[in-house]
Parts: sequence; structure tokens; C-alpha cells
Amino acid sequence: MAMLGSINGLLMEGLDGDNGWSLQHYVARGGYVQLRRILENKVTQEEVIGEVKKSVLRGRGGAGFPTGLKWSFMPRSFPGDKYVVCNTDEGEPGTFKDRDIMRYNPHAVIEGMAIAAFAMGANRGYNYVHGEIWEIYQRFEAALDEARAAGFIGQNILGSGFNFELFAHHGYGAYICGEETSLLESIEGKKGQPRFKPPFPASFGLYGKPTTINNTETFASIPFILKIGGEEFLNLGKANNGGTKLFSVSGHVNRPGNYEIPLGTPFATLLEMCGGMRGGRKIKAVIPGGSSAPVVPGDVMMDTTMDYDGISKAGSMLGSGAVIVMDETVCMVKALERLSFFYYEESCGQCTPCREGTAWMYKVVHRIENGQGKPGDLDLLNGVLGNIMGRTICALGDAAALPVQSFLKHFGKEFEYHIEHKSCLVPKDVQWAGSGFHKV
Amino acid sequence: MLEIEIDGKTAQVPDGSTVMDAAQQLGVYIPHFCYHKKLSIAANCRMCLVQVEKAPKPLPACATPVTNGMKVFTHSELAVKAQKGVMEFLLINHPLDCPICDQGGECQLQDMSIGYGPMKSRYTEEKHVVFHKNVGPLISMEEMSRCIHCTRCVRFGQEVAGIMELGMANRNMHSEITTFLGRTVDSELSGNMIDLCPVGALTSKPFRYTARSWELQRRKSISPQDSVGANLVVQVKHDAVMRVLPRENEAVNECWISDKERFSYQALNSDERLTKPMVKQGGEWREVDWNVALDYVAHGLKDVSREHGGDALAALAAPSSTLEELHLLSKVMKGLGSSNTDFRPRQKDFSADSKRSGTPWLGMRLAEIADLDSALVVGSFLRKDHPLIAQRLRQAAKKYTKVSLLSVGADDQLIDFHARLSVAPSQLAVSLAGIVKAAAEIKGVAAPSGTEAAVVCETCKQIAQSLVDGEKRAIFLGNVATQVDQATQIHALALELGRLTNASVGFLGESGNVLGGYVAGTLPSAGNARQMFEQPRKAYVLMGIEPEFDCANPQLALAALKQANLVVFMSAFKHAPALEYADVMLPIAPFTETAGTFINTEGRVQSFNGVVKARGEARPAWKVLRVIGNVLNLNGFEYNSSEAIRDEVIGKGTEFVGGLDNGLNGVTISLSSVGNEGLQRITDVPINFADPMARRAPALQQTADSTAPKARICADTLAKLGLNAGDAVRLAQGNGEAHLVAQLDNTVPADCVRVAAAHLSTAALGDMFGQISVERA
Amino acid sequence: MFSAETLQKFAREVAKYPAIHKQSAVMACLAHAQEENGWLSPESIEAVAQYLSMPVMAAFEVATFYNMYDLKPVGKFKITVCTNLPCALSGGYHAGDYLQKKLGIGYGETTADGKFTLKEGECMGACGDAPVMIVNNRSMCSHMHPEQIDKLLEDCQ
Ligand SMILES: Cc1cc2nc3c(=O)[nH]c(=O)nc-3n(C[C@H](O)[C@H](O)[C@H](O)COP(=O)(O)O)c2cc1C
Ligand code: SF4
Ligand code: FES
Repeated sequence: MAMLGSINGLLMEGLDGDNGWSLQHYVARGGYVQLRRILENKVTQEEVIGEVKKSVLRGRGGAGFPTGLKWSFMPRSFPGDKYVVCNTDEGEPGTFKDRDIMRYNPHAVIEGMAIAAFAMGANRGYNYVHGEIWEIYQRFEAALDEARAAGFIGQNILGSGFNFELFAHHGYGAYICGEETSLLESIEGKKGQPRFKPPFPASFGLYGKPTTINNTETFASIPFILKIGGEEFLNLGKANNGGTKLFSVSGHVNRPGNYEIPLGTPFATLLEMCGGMRGGRKIKAVIPGGSSAPVVPGDVMMDTTMDYDGISKAGSMLGSGAVIVMDETVCMVKALERLSFFYYEESCGQCTPCREGTAWMYKVVHRIENGQGKPGDLDLLNGVLGNIMGRTICALGDAAALPVQSFLKHFGKEFEYHIEHKSCLVPKDVQWAGSGFHKV
Repeated sequence: MLEIEIDGKTAQVPDGSTVMDAAQQLGVYIPHFCYHKKLSIAANCRMCLVQVEKAPKPLPACATPVTNGMKVFTHSELAVKAQKGVMEFLLINHPLDCPICDQGGECQLQDMSIGYGPMKSRYTEEKHVVFHKNVGPLISMEEMSRCIHCTRCVRFGQEVAGIMELGMANRNMHSEITTFLGRTVDSELSGNMIDLCPVGALTSKPFRYTARSWELQRRKSISPQDSVGANLVVQVKHDAVMRVLPRENEAVNECWISDKERFSYQALNSDERLTKPMVKQGGEWREVDWNVALDYVAHGLKDVSREHGGDALAALAAPSSTLEELHLLSKVMKGLGSSNTDFRPRQKDFSADSKRSGTPWLGMRLAEIADLDSALVVGSFLRKDHPLIAQRLRQAAKKYTKVSLLSVGADDQLIDFHARLSVAPSQLAVSLAGIVKAAAEIKGVAAPSGTEAAVVCETCKQIAQSLVDGEKRAIFLGNVATQVDQATQIHALALELGRLTNASVGFLGESGNVLGGYVAGTLPSAGNARQMFEQPRKAYVLMGIEPEFDCANPQLALAALKQANLVVFMSAFKHAPALEYADVMLPIAPFTETAGTFINTEGRVQSFNGVVKARGEARPAWKVLRVIGNVLNLNGFEYNSSEAIRDEVIGKGTEFVGGLDNGLNGVTISLSSVGNEGLQRITDVPINFADPMARRAPALQQTADSTAPKARICADTLAKLGLNAGDAVRLAQGNGEAHLVAQLDNTVPADCVRVAAAHLSTAALGDMFGQISVERA
Repeated sequence: MFSAETLQKFAREVAKYPAIHKQSAVMACLAHAQEENGWLSPESIEAVAQYLSMPVMAAFEVATFYNMYDLKPVGKFKITVCTNLPCALSGGYHAGDYLQKKLGIGYGETTADGKFTLKEGECMGACGDAPVMIVNNRSMCSHMHPEQIDKLLEDCQ
């Protein structure tokens, strides 16, 4: 089982790897009790939203927007179709938590979505599943069948008169579909091109109807919040940073994997849980919130706590909670080249600065990496990224620009060295030595 | 209302306005590429970024809603920096070879990059090259590297043309505009994409590299080719028409024209132009001087009139002739004692002629279509007969208008219909009667007498209900409704339906100046366009008509013409078949070479001037007719200008003609005569065959709309006839036949064969609607 | 054009969406069509568009936008290797190199016997299990060190 550890875990508590995902096990762990309680005890929509607000659960998809507040934007008495949509299009490099939630605890997502639908007066929902994880999609479909058969979703749920139909939609390979409005376009059977906002999905979402989109982990947290109470959840973390959160740790640590820890836990503790640095090498840099988050030098990171505010103070963002750890064998130019390629490749192509700018940035970083850098290239990169940031339809533009900006800021010397010497500051023979690949 | 300040100027704008709307209201120009007022907002080019007070980032003016008290700066440092940044991005992959680009001089990207001053590009990588595409004879996609991905063309297809033929495939910087696997773009409105393209990616194939924009003079004109009277800009170089573009007139054609109107100009420069008067002597055609020809015509006509009486003369004009031409033609004929002048060559049933309360028209203004709650179109190949009206109805249907169609084919109109009925031509009237009856039932009143035989179907009820509901409703009669045998019955039934439901009743109008024909008094009192051939005359004057193609029954028309003593053929083209039966050919000026007036189907009077000198010795027809009048010593032919003729007919300064009224007096409804035996012919007039100009435009003739006629038959009827798709078949009507290929087409009603008119291969056939026989050849 | 089984899958997908939004099923139908034929031919795209009553150009846009559709024939086994940074840090590049050497082909190429196609992929959301790769879009293989790669190639029959 890839989920490796937790401190005060909620979502991960009592899981039994691939054996414990099914309805029977989820119910044994206390699953669907909250949905039943809400429907049978006639808990009101306001009360549910109130509890979520109290928990200060912040969206786990990347932007960290308070979930309770988002839910309150839904015109819940508005007649006609309304939708809740779950974002399991986990494609942000370094992030692999939603896959494990869906794999080991899919019913928590279903229960969370059903509760959310009830709270917002929605009768239909979709879970958009990342294209590359077909087996997980199939498992979720199986879980949906179970939940439907048991009457937790469908018509007249638990005899309450509340209807909620939930389906899974399988993506097919496009990072941009993680952006919520392109995700909606994609469900509508179109290219995943983000929409300009306003209007926001709460007023004009899926098929033009009011829609709320949350991340998988956000939804999965809901039953637990209602179980222990919003206040308790908040107190697990720290002020303005409620609850526990999954961190996907990848890169040069001994035990990459998902770790559920209270927000506010020191990074050093997390690193320890991962068994420390692979091969005992020195930590060079950490991208603490998925590849779109600015990179942070290792020593700064060692003094940082893992929560929205803490990481923001360190000059980056918590993002999706993907912690990419790099040791001293990493060439930062090569690392950035790969990330820049990703954003160039994944730009939807719709708006000018992103389409042209991501390609341009990649080309420049690529030529620096290949020993063809020119003096002035770093200024050029800063100029180009400046022309992208804040000028695009969706946040992919910023997501592409921030890594470049932060790599140049913290590791500019390596880039200058590349340009000047047409070679790497990290000696060739140790480059990527930390990868742990069994050489043959 | 919201208050907004842009660059220090304040405006009040309605709720829901964008910053771009407000800027346009204030006359503040904000650079843009993807924004177009007729298309949905894409906000993808990012050229219109402006600074909004309190917003941390520049915002796109085209997509940002105005909030009350908003302050916008379009020229602040932040805004200009953002705009320049976008320009730089747009230019990195765009070829910088404006001097050789076909769009050079009329390129928004070029204009804007000049506006932002010389910019040395920091981009030193290789430019991305996009492969060219072939999408048919009209649009050139030779230079797709110039595309800036604004998606205007794609949105136009989806939203206005109603068919998504172009799309943007792939993603990231590999995104490219293309059709599906090299298919052609076939929409009848496709040329508008060329106008919409802000750069030189989509250009006009026929125009390409024939002239540079700065060599062209722009002249205003009016299209004769369809009943809306689209406003045109005709671009001219050295007295030749090089290009035709729409001239924006929101009330008429908005900013669109059909491909037929855009590309027909090719005919004006063709070798088939008739440039000298010609007379046939002893079976030989000879070019002669105008005075010889006019003498010949005047005396010829006069002789026939004297020997056989005025009734032995008949004149038939195209409904796209000008008001002035139509007026003078009938005036000359009257002077010769004949009232056999008509302008409705494709009509068969004229029984309404003495019973009209006024001039038949659309029944409303074109712009009002957008406000309709419901509309019923009767008897129309809507999209191809009236591309621009179809477009208005398409837009309306997308909003809230319930549009229904009762017609003789189920071909795709690209309109989201509320309901539609497709019936054989002989059933058109009785089906309409079914709707009338349904409306009477809903209203709880007795059905009009004469409708007893009609059956009320579910669809009839649905349509009737949509016409009863709502406030603004309309019934439109299309070309088919005026061409079938029971045209007057259909008209009367439509009036009954209108009376019951309070819907307006109107005609879509077959050509550019049908109303002009009525207003000019070109109406026959005896020999209408049918009778003049049924009872052959001694002499004929044909103006702008090619009878093989333009008459309801070419067989009948040709027989009559062949037996006549004198046939005067007035045309802009040396029409080869006419060399056989005509005796005189007079070269007359097409609309680009004469002044004149068209009255569109909403009654709008639109006068225009010639945009180029008449070609060769061609002369405006009104002048030709005036001289004939003079030679004949007729009174009242002292006009100095076409305006003088117009003013004589409709008075000075008229914007809309008066007397518009679709009413009928003394027509009784009687469905008893409806016959439905045997196989019936359904005839469409394909858009690019519909008039002499379109027929001679090579590019148009290569489009999908111009494929040679086939015998289109539905599966059941094919089986019944023992035929297979692809069989060579012989069609016969009267004593004429046509050899075509049978085509499976399930949009054709049972027991019918759809055969296009206006093509040589079908010119020997008889009535457009009526019985026909088909057998394997 | 499609087998009864595939058509059944189509129907199941269409049923997930409101009746007037059949187009929503286009991604799934294209994926099933691809699964049946090994790749997504123009004919398949057109047939899917027809099945869903949508413009074929719109279906083509979808087919060319998402990475996992193959608009050209691929080998019997398409192996997509994640080389994105998190995976690369734990051997993604090396695994890709190893595969290229073993199969004697580069990314985007197919072995002469038509058995294997190799592709470079973007983040698969499984970085903790790096190196990772996906076979035929469907089955995710984790911790792909040389021994595991050798075994995978052996198992591909
Ligand atoms: C380029 C881009 C990619 C994104 N990818 C994801 C993703 O994979 N998963 C996710 O939950 N949110 C992603 N987001 C954020 C979503 O747009 C959205 O904010 C989120 O799903 C809302 O859920 P939350 O409030 O529960 O976090 C992405 C945003 C952008 C701009
Ligand atoms: S072809 Fe022209 S109209 Fe179409 S997207 Fe490109 S630039 Fe825009
Ligand atoms: S980077 Fe390879 S799976 Fe995440």
C-alpha cells in the first residue's frame, strides 16, 4: 500500500490497502453514518454548510479556497438542475494523493459528494477521473454501483426524498482539465479549454447550470468533518488552516508516498516520516505544492511548517500538497527544462500569452540546458514570464511562469554557469545519482 | 444602468454590458482580434487587456462585465505594457512579410503592430510553420502560418452558419484551424469567414493576388440576388470589379452576405459578356451598332403589334431587374398595346393577381425576426433560397423563437426547429389547412370553410399552438409556396391561419426586386408569365431571363419562343442557347454598371449607382428602353436619369414603399382539387444556379452546392420504382426528358423525385412541380 | 463499424448524461472505439460523431486535444513512460532510456515487428511509485526498475 504514514489521520485511518475499499469495509469503518444522520435527522443545509465553514477546510485542489464559503455561493434554492463535480483529474506533477484516496477509500468521496449535493440542493454529480488511472476509475465505478445498490445515491436516498445521481467521467490525457472550467468543458464533450470567469461556475457551470467543483480530498474530508465536528477538525490543524492534509512526497527521499499530517506540522517532521533523504544526501531544494509552486531552497524549507500560511511565508504555496524533494545531484536547469516542457505541452492553446509564451520559455530553457544559452537569456526569460503572468484566461499561465521565476531567483547561478560554460555546475557523473534507479 | 468611466469619459450602459461595449459606446478604441460583436465572447487573443481600477491584473475588455462606478484605463502604463506583450507573442510565429501577404493593407495585425511602434523581436527561435489546407474553391487556407488562433472563423461556423466545418485541432502551440481530414467548407455563408479573419490566414481564393487593397476603390451597391437586398461594397480596379464585400447594415444584412453574392462578380468579367448588340440575319448572327439594333427592335415590335394586335406581344423580365427597368419595360409594352409583361417567371398559379389588396411583402421588417416568439415557414428550401433570412431565423431559434417548417423536403436547414413537416408538393396546401384547423380547435372556433378535408396531425397541433402562444408571431411563405400549383390556396390558408392566431403573414420573396415588379406596375392584366407561353405570341422581349433555367416550365417557354417571329433578348451575357431562338441580342448592363433601385422584401427602397463603366457597348437597360420608347415616338420617355424614373413610380425620398398588404379578396378555400396520383416532381433551384450571374461564376460552380442535378428519391420510393441508387434514369415530363443518375435521399417525401432546375441537364423538362415519370435508362 | 460489446459500452456512457447532452459521452466513446480497433481511425471518429449526433469536426477536436488518443496505428503494446520531474528524480529518465535500448526504438516509434510503441508521457499521478509507465492506456505499472521492465516485456505477448 502506497500510503505510508499519518499523524492523527482521518482519511487514512483504518484503511487496509486494496482490501478495504469496498462498501462493506467503509461501513464497518463508520462510513455513510453522516449522510444517514443528515437525511434522517433532518439536518438542514445551513447546518451542514455551517459545520464546513467552522472547520476552515480549505480546498485541497490547489487554490486553498475555503470550502464552506464556496458552498454558500451556490444559489441552492434556485429551481432546476444544479451540479456538484469532483475533481480527480490529478495531473499536477508530484501529486498522487487523490489516486490513493480513490483507490483505498472511494466511498468517502461518494459520501462527501452526496452530503455536498444535499447541502447545495444539487441532484446530479460527476467525478472527473484522470485519464491515466483507468484501474482507479474502474474501482470508483464499482464503488458507485455498490453505493447505488445500497441506496446511498440515486433516487429517494434512504427514504428521505433526496435524489442524487452520481457518475464518473474518465479523462483522456490533458493536465488542463484539472482547471475547473476546462474540466466542465471536458464533461460537456469538448476540448478542455478553460472558460473566462466571470461568470463563475456557481452561476454558470456544467451545461450552464449552477455548479460547485471541489477536489477529491476536499470531498473525502467532509464525512470526517461532520463526524468529529467542524471545530475539532479546525483544531487538528491551526488557525486558518483547518484539519489534516495529505502530502504526496516524491523525489529524493527514502520512502516516497502519501502522508496525512495535521496542517502546521514542520517539514522536518514530514521528511523524517519519509525516512529522510535517499542515500543521506544533502537536500538542495523542495517544490512544496506541486510543480506549479515556486521552488524553495532546502535550508529554507527545513524551517517551514506544512500549512497554507507557513509555506506562503517561505515564498511558495501549499498548492496540491505535492512535495517534490531534490538533492544536490539535481541539475536545476535540467529540472526546469522538464517542467517547462510540461507546461508548453499541456497549454490548451487557447489564449495567446500561454500558447506562445510557454513554448518560448521552454525553447529558451532548452537551449540553455543544451549549451546554447546566450547572455541576456535570463532577462529574456523574466521578460517573457512577466508577459504571461496575470494575462491568461486560467492559472496555467502563472503555473508555468512561477517555476521559471523561482528557479531563476534561487538558482540563477546554475543558469548563468550553463550559459557561460556550456556545461553544468553539477558534475556529470553525479547528476541524477539520487534517482535510486537500479543501474544495470 | 451602470456608470463607467473609461479614460476619463463617463457613460451609462445597460446591465450586462462589457467594458468593450461601453468603450464602443464612448468611441474609445480598444485593440482586439477575437472579439466580434456578432460572435460569442472567446477572450482568447488577450489583445484587449486594459487596466481596471482596483484590479491587480489587466483585464480583457471584451469579457469583463461593467460594474457600477468602474474606472478603466486603456492607455495606462499597465494596459499598454500588457497589450505590447500580447503583440510580441502574436508576432513571434507570424510571418513578417506583410509586403507579400494578400491581406497586406487590410490586416488588423499589421495595423496594430505599426500602432505600437517598431518592435525589435526578442524571439530568435525558428518560427512555427503551419501546413496549408485546401478547403474548396472559395476560401484560401494557403497561409495558415499567419493564423493567430482567434477562432472567429470557428465560432462563425458554429454560431452563424450553423455548421461546424472548421475547428481548431490539437492543443498548445500546435493548435491549428482545419476541416476534418481535408474536407471542403460548404456553407453557403462561408465567405464571411474571410472577412472575419483579422489576418491573412483565410483569404478569398478567386481574389487572391489579383489586386492590392490600396489599389482598389470602394463603391457602394445593393445585391440583386436575394430578397433582403444585401448592402455591398464593390471593390474596383481599372473599371473591373475585383471583389465584393458586405457593407454593414444591421437592419438588412447585418454584416453578412452569402457566397453567391460575394463571388458572382466573377461573371461580370467573363468572356461570356455580351458586349455588342447583335442581330440574326438569314440565320447568321451579326454584330451591329446600337441604332441599327434599336431600330430593328422598335420596328419589329411595332410591326407585330400592328399586324397581330398588342396581345401578340409579351415581355418577361427577371425579378432581379431594377425598378426603373421593370417600369420602362411595361411602359414600352403598354405603348405597343400589350399588357403582357411579367417578372415572375417561376410562378405557375396567378389566380391571386386580380384579388390582392396591395403589394405582397414580408409582412414585417427583417430586423423584427429576432423578436418573434414563433414563426412558421411554408414551402421553402430556406437555407439555400434565403441564406440571410435563414441565418436570422437560426439565431432567433437559438434564443427563444419557436421556428417551424412545413415544406417539401426534410433537408437540413441547420435550424433548431420547433416542429417540421415534410410533404409532397400536392399536399402542401392540405397540410397547411391541417394547421389552420388545429389553430381553430385551440381557439375554440369553427374551422374556415373549405378546410374540411384536412387532417389535424400532432405536428399540426404543435405548430398551431406555437403560433397561438406568445405575442409576436409570423407566417412566411417561401419560394416553393409561390411556385406550386396551389400557390393562391396556400396564400389564402396562410391568411386564415394568421387571422386565427394573430400572426403576420408574408412572403420571403424570390429575388432582389420582386416588390419592385409589383410596385412598378409590371403586372399583366391578361398574359402573365404562364399564359404568355401557353398561348404562344408572335413576339417576345426577354430581359435578364434565361428561359431554359429561369422559367417554371422551360419546355413550354422554349416551344413558344421557337415559334415566335421575333424574340428580343436583353442580357448582360451572350447566352448560347438563346442564339437559336432569339433574333436580337441587346447587351444590357448588370447591376454594377447601372444606376437603379431595388425594393427588398420588407418594402425598403434601396437605390444605387453603377460602380464601373459598362463593359464594351453594354448599356443600362433603362436607357435602352427609353430609346426604344423614343424611336417608337411614345409619350413620357423623356427621362434624364434613373432617379427620374424612380421618382415617377414611388415619389422622391421614399424609404419604405406604401401599399404593402398581403390580403386577398374573394379567394375561396377549396382543397377538393388536390390530386395526388403518380410520381411528383419536386424542384429546387440550387443557390448557385439561381441567376445568370451565379451560373457564370467559375468558383461558385466548383462548390458542393453546384453539383450536377440528380434524381433524388427516398429509399421506399426507389424500391417501389425498382431502382437502385446510382442507376442511370430517364425522367420524362410532357415531351421532354432528362437523363440523370438516381440518388438515394431520404429527405425527399415518398412518391416524389427531387430534380433541380436551372441546369442544362434538366432544361428539357416541364413544370417544376407536377407529375413526372422515372425509369431506368 | 463497432462490435455489439462496444456499442453496449457506448450506451452505458450516454446514459450517464442528460439526454440533450449526449455529446458528453464523446471522450468515452472515442476511447472505447480506440480500444476496439487499437487506434482511432477517421472512420471511427466519424462514426462516433454520428452516434452522438455531433459535428464530426467537434469530435475531431476532442480526438486531437487529449493525449491518449492514437490517431495513427500503434504497436500491439503501447508503453507510455512518465518522464516528468518527480518521476525523473526517481528513475523516470533511466527507465525510458533502458526501454529505448532494449526495444531499439526511440519515443514515438514502433518496433519493426509492430509489437511495441514507446511514448513519453506526462505526470500520471503516481509519482510516489516512480518509475511508472502505462501499457495500452489501461494498466499502470509501478516501480519499473530493470528487472520489472524485463518482466513486463516478457509478459507482453
Ligand atoms: C492548470 C490547473 C490545474 C489544476 N489541476 C487541478 C487538479 O488536478 N486537481 C484539483 O483538484 N484541482 C486542480 N486545479 C484547481 C481547480 O481549478 C479548482 O480550483 C479545484 O478543483 C477546486 O477544488 P477545491 O476548492 O476543493 O480545491 C487546477 C487548476 C489549474 C489552474
Ligand atoms: S484562421 Fe483567422 S479567423 Fe480563424 S482562428 Fe486563425 S486568425 Fe482567427
Ligand atoms: S511525475 Fe511521473 S507520475 Fe508524477
